[in-house]
Amino acid sequence: MPYKILKKEALAPQIKLMEIEAPYVARAARPGQFIVLRIHEQGERIPITIGKADKERGVLTIAFQEVGKTTYHLGTLEAGDELLDVVGPLGKPSEIDKFGTVVAVGGGIGVPLLYPIVKALKEVGNRIIMIEGARSAELLVLEDWFRPIVDELRITTDDGSRGRKGFVSDELRDILESGQKVDRVIAVGPAIMMKVVSELTRPYGIPTIVSLNSIMVDGTGMCGACRVEVDGKTMFACVDGPEMDGHKVDFDLLMKRLDAYKAMEKESLELFLKTKEASNARG
Amino acid sequence: MPEDKKRRRGKPTPKKTPMREREPLERIKHFLEVPYGYSPEEAVQEAQRCLMCPRPFCVEGCPVEIDIPGFIDLIVQKDFLGALLKIKETNSLPAICGRVCPQEDQCEAKCVLSKRWEPVAIGRLERFVADYVAEHALEPPPTLPEPNGYKVAIVGSGPAGLTLAGMMAKWGYKAVIYEALHEPGGVLTYGIPDFRLPPEVTRREINDLKKLGVEIITDFVVGKTATVDQLLNEFGYDAVFLGTGAGLPRFMNIPGENLVGIYSANEFLTRVNLMKAYKFPEYDTPVLKGKRVATIGAGNVSMDAARCALRLGAEESIIVYRRSAEEMPARIEEIHHAEEEGVKFHLLTLPIEYKGDERGWVKKIVLQKQELGEPDESGRRRPVPIKGSEYEMDVDVVVVAIGQVPTPLIHQSQPDIAITKWNTIDANYETGATTKPGVFAGGDCIRGAATVILAMGDARKAAYAMDYYIKNKNKPGIWEELRSAKESFVPKREVSAEEEEETEA
Repeated sequence: MPYKILKKEALAPQIKLMEIEAPYVARAARPGQFIVLRIHEQGERIPITIGKADKERGVLTIAFQEVGKTTYHLGTLEAGDELLDVVGPLGKPSEIDKFGTVVAVGGGIGVPLLYPIVKALKEVGNRIIMIEGARSAELLVLEDWFRPIVDELRITTDDGSRGRKGFVSDELRDILESGQKVDRVIAVGPAIMMKVVSELTRPYGIPTIVSLNSIMVDGTGMCGACRVEVDGKTMFACVDGPEMDGHKVDFDLLMKRLDAYKAMEKESLELFLKTKEASNARG
Repeated sequence: MPEDKKRRRGKPTPKKTPMREREPLERIKHFLEVPYGYSPEEAVQEAQRCLMCPRPFCVEGCPVEIDIPGFIDLIVQKDFLGALLKIKETNSLPAICGRVCPQEDQCEAKCVLSKRWEPVAIGRLERFVADYVAEHALEPPPTLPEPNGYKVAIVGSGPAGLTLAGMMAKWGYKAVIYEALHEPGGVLTYGIPDFRLPPEVTRREINDLKKLGVEIITDFVVGKTATVDQLLNEFGYDAVFLGTGAGLPRFMNIPGENLVGIYSANEFLTRVNLMKAYKFPEYDTPVLKGKRVATIGAGNVSMDAARCALRLGAEESIIVYRRSAEEMPARIEEIHHAEEEGVKFHLLTLPIEYKGDERGWVKKIVLQKQELGEPDESGRRRPVPIKGSEYEMDVDVVVVAIGQVPTPLIHQSQPDIAITKWNTIDANYETGATTKPGVFAGGDCIRGAATVILAMGDARKAAYAMDYYIKNKNKPGIWEELRSAKESFVPKREVSAEEEEETEA
């Protein structure tokens, strides 16, 4: 069954938003879960986090950054095009409870996933401080999603073109050092960011949840490509996670495993871009 | 016995008619199927070896009770379509079973000839009939039954799910299969390599089921996309069958097992077979191609992985197994194929640790020699470590193929479907009835990793039980009856007077 793209929007250079028709997945989706998609017959299966899920319309909203062949290819598709496979919702949903003050830290591809989590946390009465970071102002995305549902939105950019010059972790450090009570931290983004955040909160003993972006194939617990070590035990990010206790995750192992196919991913992307260029020249 | 059948009773020869195969050094360069299959002449010649026993023990050895002498007799008469239809009375996946069944432990093990000589090559004949009929497009479209108004959901499109779906469809039920992956077939598609079971063969037999009216919905993870309760209550199915297999890979939990380059057999085979990583970059999914690949374990899955590694270009592909050659669980034929192709065997050897480089890539396995001690609970002699025998082996890819356990997704999402202490679904083996009324199960999800044909046997029993259940839903105590049944609902094979006579004689 093909899955139709209903809408496509460029959020920033190389960051795109898409609405995809997937009624069953949209109906079952809960905060923190993800999908696995495949574009075409020769395509690979990649996990992508669910941003919004409209149960009535049966539509999922995803936002993704073009980093490898499949995300680049996805970025070339337009409204009206179809994806061959969308499966989900996968992974365990987030724990939603009234914790008190929750700091949500988002970077890059992690930002869309934070939306349903933050929204659900807000709805049960938490106070939310959101820290969103990017390399520069033009790469900050989905601010309009978050403004209405958070109590505070703090922005950081590496180059200082918007908000504080620095990293999300600098902002988090200030909050922690200011002595205000933080009951929970949720960090979603690049592995290195989640590692730094977890190290920052460790001395304060603040429960810190991270959402792992491991390599996956099936996404249903069948292959073990996504295995990570949590508290010295092997876990599968796809079925035991994706959310894990940040203080117990072996991030160094996660980062090494994320690099496993770097050379082949590069080869695949270069081939795709070359073919695309050639067809553009012809067209 | 009718005179003409008696006349066709063969003259036994000691050996099976050989089946031609690709040369080992040629075939490891690609993923094309290894055996060519019989020609019609070879098939007839082999069929003539059958004694047409009046009481055929081979049928008793078959989990789905194919009328083996019946179909072989039709091959002798060169009625290949008739032979296929005879097989299809109880088995809807003959081209698959002819290739992957362990006939040497089942039908062929019971063949009377095997007492003195080689048994009739029942598997090869089954495969021939299915391939010949498909190749010549001889099979007429099936006559569809009158729909009976009931509908059943099947979870998983592996051998068990396909078998049950086919049977229910033939009986007039609407059968809908829900498959988690993007391609149906379960282990037939993701697990068994192309050179042993070409994907077009699997697709062909699945298509035949679709012609019977079976519907397959892919990309649907029961337990995630919808629960079993939703299937029963919202989707309105009259019963559900779980054929979810044993998909969760086991690891040894030894140091370094999560280094880059160490795969579960499931991941390695899924990348290679389902995702066609051997055609990278034409296909997007990559797989690490090792120069020196070690596969841990010696079952059929291990042989498949070791042989895939050779085809991906490994200079050395090594099976590491903690017991001796005698205890290897793989089929003899698979071990033989692996040996022919140059797979090496390090027996009585146990991995105890993996060592990697600074990038986190596996470089070495620390191995420990074993000796065999007293038999363990499996009846096989237990490997005992030899102290001080540790040594290191250089590797760049490792495939851990020490078995799979059933996926926990169903039980997690539906706790009233109970599981056993081995994490298998708690089901009656004769009826498939689980702890939840209306829900049946069969195959690897109730047995742990076993074989295609045993899964199909379970599915056949579950189909008869499901039919009985749906038609007697209001009978008081129906579920208790199915839960506690000591015998299946499969009709007994009729033993003819003539069989009785011969048996008595």
